[in-house]
Amino acid sequence: MVFEKIAAMLADRIGCDVKELSMETKFETLGIDSLDVMELLMLMEEEFGTDIEIGDAKLATMADLVGLVESRLGEQA
Amino acid sequence: MSFRILGTGMCVPSRVVTNDELARMLDTSDGWIRQRVGVRERHVCTDETAADLGYRAALDALEDSGCRAGDIDLIIAATVSGEDTAPSVSCSVQQMLGISCSAFDINASCSGFVFLLEIAAGFFARGTAKRVLIIGAERLSRITDWEDRGTCVIFGDGAGAAVLGEGSEYLCSKFTVEGGSDVIHIPQHTGKSPFFGRETASPYIKMRGRETFKYAVEAICSDVNYILDSNGLNIDDISYIVPHQANARIIDFAAERLKLDKSRFYQNIELYGNTSSASIPIALDEMNKNGLLHSGDLLLFTAFGGGLAHAACLVRWTKN
Repeated sequence: MVFEKIAAMLADRIGCDVKELSMETKFETLGIDSLDVMELLMLMEEEFGTDIEIGDAKLATMADLVGLVESRLGEQA
Repeated sequence: MSFRILGTGMCVPSRVVTNDELARMLDTSDGWIRQRVGVRERHVCTDETAADLGYRAALDALEDSGCRAGDIDLIIAATVSGEDTAPSVSCSVQQMLGISCSAFDINASCSGFVFLLEIAAGFFARGTAKRVLIIGAERLSRITDWEDRGTCVIFGDGAGAAVLGEGSEYLCSKFTVEGGSDVIHIPQHTGKSPFFGRETASPYIKMRGRETFKYAVEAICSDVNYILDSNGLNIDDISYIVPHQANARIIDFAAERLKLDKSRFYQNIELYGNTSSASIPIALDEMNKNGLLHSGDLLLFTAFGGGLAHAACLVRWTKN
């Protein structure tokens, strides 16, 4: 569910087909920089109504971002 | 009783450093800097001090206000990059203006100008000042690590000033501090004490970019909503939101989250970079001198930065 939500949001923001996105997608290849990733993360916070601390988390791929969001949601479950 | 703004001024050093010039020094590019920060060029001191810039901004603000330097009975300056701890920037400006009045500096990082307004309002409320000169003055190039491509492309030098007189146009304010965070860290000079054993960091600006971005966007959004809600206003009542010019991406995403058109936010970071406490008064002076402001306009200032601290206030512009 987290992947689908992030993928839909990202596809909408950069105007690509959501089917082009996978867990292996690297943000750099989409022209997405770290501040774009932060925007996605903050939109996810709004979506799930929770704070997501990033700390030193590496966020280079969809899997990284999905993993971070899922782990934070899991901590709060 | 609080104050009204009688005049504004600014000064930036004449030396302009373009992104292309930085790209010849560092592994960066004009495209990357513009896309990432929204800066095209910045002004950098060659022989001026922060106090020199503050003095020139003060002269500009005095002229705009129609006041004489001798009318000023208090100078307060905000800075994180003044050359000297003593004399302070405000004391240096007082000496350069050749006047006798009270003067002191504050450090509230990039939120400094909003804190200056609040402090000045207190002096007016107590009736202990009738004309106050406030100055945000920075020579950030002094505390910038010019080998760190992640930060040095962001900042610029400059000063902005305002002359305040008695009035009731400072309408609302909010200050929020989350003390001790090192998301933004500017260590001081280590010193030479033979007794101090703690390891110290180099005295240059360090920022954790992603967390700074998140903090800043959330600060703008919460403060704008607070100022509007607590005054029963909607965005159409505000002529301009004047944000601290930290990064165009911060301002743009805050606008998106607030569902506001970007044009509601005055932006000039493209030409000056982030000038910390000077950025809002420089923006205000540009708006004033370019005829964007009209008597009765409501201006919402929103600032954020090291501390971590963020601050916002609502001011009615009464100058024609």
